[in-house]
Amino acid sequence: MTVEVSTSTDTTEPTLKARVDRSAYLAGLLKLRPELPEELAELQGVRDRALAIAQELAIPTTRDEEWRFTDLSSLVHIGFALPDRASISFAQIESFILPEAVNSRLVFVDGTYAPDLSATDDLPEGVLVTNLSVAVQFLPSLHNYLAKQQGAEEVFTALNTASLIDGAIVHVPKNQHVETPIQILFVSTAGVATIAHPRCLVIAESGSSLTLVEEFVSIADGGYFTNAVTEIAIAENAQVNHTRVQRESETAFHIGKTAVSQARDSRYSCSAISLGAKIARHNLEVYQTGEQTQTTLNGLTMINGEQVGDTHSKIAFTKPYGTSDQVQKCIVGDRAHAIFNGKVSVPQAAQLTNAAQLSRNLLLSPRARIDTKPQLEITADNVKCAHGATVSQLEDDEVFYLQSRGLNPEEARKLLTYAFAIEIINHIPVASLKANLTTIIRTQQL
Amino acid sequence: MINENSEVILSVKDLTADVSDTQILKGLNLEIKAGEIHAIMGPNGSGKSTFSKLLAGHPAYTVTGGEVTFRGQNLLEMAPDDRAKSGVFLAFQYPLEIPGVSNLDFLRVSYNAKRKQEGLEELDSFDFDELVRTRLDLLKMDAAFLSRSVNEGFSGGEKKRNEILQMALLEPKLGILDEIDSGLDIDALKVVANGVNQLRTSDNAILMITHYQRLLDYIVPDFVHVMEGGRILTTGGKELAFELEARGYEWVREEEAAEVAR
Repeated sequence: MTVEVSTSTDTTEPTLKARVDRSAYLAGLLKLRPELPEELAELQGVRDRALAIAQELAIPTTRDEEWRFTDLSSLVHIGFALPDRASISFAQIESFILPEAVNSRLVFVDGTYAPDLSATDDLPEGVLVTNLSVAVQFLPSLHNYLAKQQGAEEVFTALNTASLIDGAIVHVPKNQHVETPIQILFVSTAGVATIAHPRCLVIAESGSSLTLVEEFVSIADGGYFTNAVTEIAIAENAQVNHTRVQRESETAFHIGKTAVSQARDSRYSCSAISLGAKIARHNLEVYQTGEQTQTTLNGLTMINGEQVGDTHSKIAFTKPYGTSDQVQKCIVGDRAHAIFNGKVSVPQAAQLTNAAQLSRNLLLSPRARIDTKPQLEITADNVKCAHGATVSQLEDDEVFYLQSRGLNPEEARKLLTYAFAIEIINHIPVASLKANLTTIIRTQQL
Repeated sequence: MINENSEVILSVKDLTADVSDTQILKGLNLEIKAGEIHAIMGPNGSGKSTFSKLLAGHPAYTVTGGEVTFRGQNLLEMAPDDRAKSGVFLAFQYPLEIPGVSNLDFLRVSYNAKRKQEGLEELDSFDFDELVRTRLDLLKMDAAFLSRSVNEGFSGGEKKRNEILQMALLEPKLGILDEIDSGLDIDALKVVANGVNQLRTSDNAILMITHYQRLLDYIVPDFVHVMEGGRILTTGGKELAFELEARGYEWVREEEAAEVAR
């Protein structure tokens, strides 16, 4: 049992806040688990196994190396409840629907599938894009993938799996190329102090390809908690182009896991954009399981106010000839705090790996903070692994150049900030999403 | 194009200025009228570039005395962007690179800032595109320039041409060219100079800062000023530049010293 004790020696200070029992708190969240629907009875074992794992764990403190900079104290004081079954209209979410995916979209409201808001008519025969209760009937191989990715013993992942009641399932059969982007929209109705566990599983069979857009949005402000897990299994020579956009309410908590496994010759490309939430954490884990696997990770965190935006990534090579190319950018204003920890693991067997990682950070205010850490664990001897990190501010000379062309200082700063961010946005393969995000970034209040 | 009755565009009186507590300008006087081309020459460290940046409002310089009037207004009280919108343009010696912003977007934002100031409607991308293409020819620039990021990966000559392209769009009353010729080969210099000459009217004025007399063969000045130690030591016509080229700045210093001794 982990008990966080205040390090303050001043005993008159109210220390109750720091003394929450984080095991008991997690147990409370586990008690909240919704009932497993009858049609998913065969998944009872999956839930139970995760429950058993979670029961041994606690909500991490900043003494946990993985959570050193992201303090969850403000989360563990909230008594979360399950959201009421919300009914929302199409008009409320219409602006979030990508025109490219108007008939290839799934919408989840507070973690639960909303069939009325979803449409999947545009997909080729044989491609399955649906929710969990449909998938268990038509996709026997589901059991080989669901909750099977490495890292399932991590506390929030286990909490999500233990609370499993629904989820988005995407299955693309062998050699099938899905041209239409598939959008999975997770909408929060922003109940104060509610918790949801969105879940997504993507299976790309060998030689297939797809473009996936996952978005986390809210339709009102609220101090809710999204604890999301997405698993992506990419078979031999398959390709997944993944865009993940997190723009939760700025009073919300968002903890998300993306766990990807890549078989030989497969390609995975991810653009992860993190704009929202009061405290956001994204655990992005890629496990290369075969030779000559390509991983491309582009990330952008753009936060201000008192937001915390944390990205922990991990690329685990296991076989020769793997490549990875990673660029993480953070733009931090006001008193916000961005964290990037980029782990790259290259064991002895992964000879001829070529891995590159770049962390670029822009601080917009003297009180903004960034903690960036490359974490390279290399035991193979014939590899190329490059990494770099920069932290910069907008230079007076840059602002002056733009001012001398008639832009006021605020416009100048906005344009320069946009210029810093746009490289990441440009990787996004869906035009309307790219345009939306460009507008958001171009007009962001600094 | 000297005309005694022209409007005074810029009037600088006894200007002194510091950069991080070191005095750089030590009592500078200069008057520029509409239609005129002035050149300031001088050795490194004489304060020429400081002067040009100060006129545009660079925050690194602190004015400690004197006055600068631009078309009757106190220039020193204006923010850099207001100076730009009122018609002061500085072509940078080292134009900055802005990766991620297309040259076209940058030019449009800049052009529209000025339109707004003048109470005119902003041009949309379509109309602006048409306008900018007419100006490209002036600088013999390919339209591909527009889609590239501002100055990123541009050669020295391309950067300078890009500065003059901006000037061609903004049509300033006072164009300040800070070493627009440095680092250019003769062909690039001719293109840049030709662009500047075509932008010249009887309503505007140009102030060139340069090390080299060569530039003045292509943009012929009405006045040449020699600057040294933060002041203008001597002023003459374009022939002064030839004399400088032949005899060096040492000659001006000696003349000045002799003057003082008398």
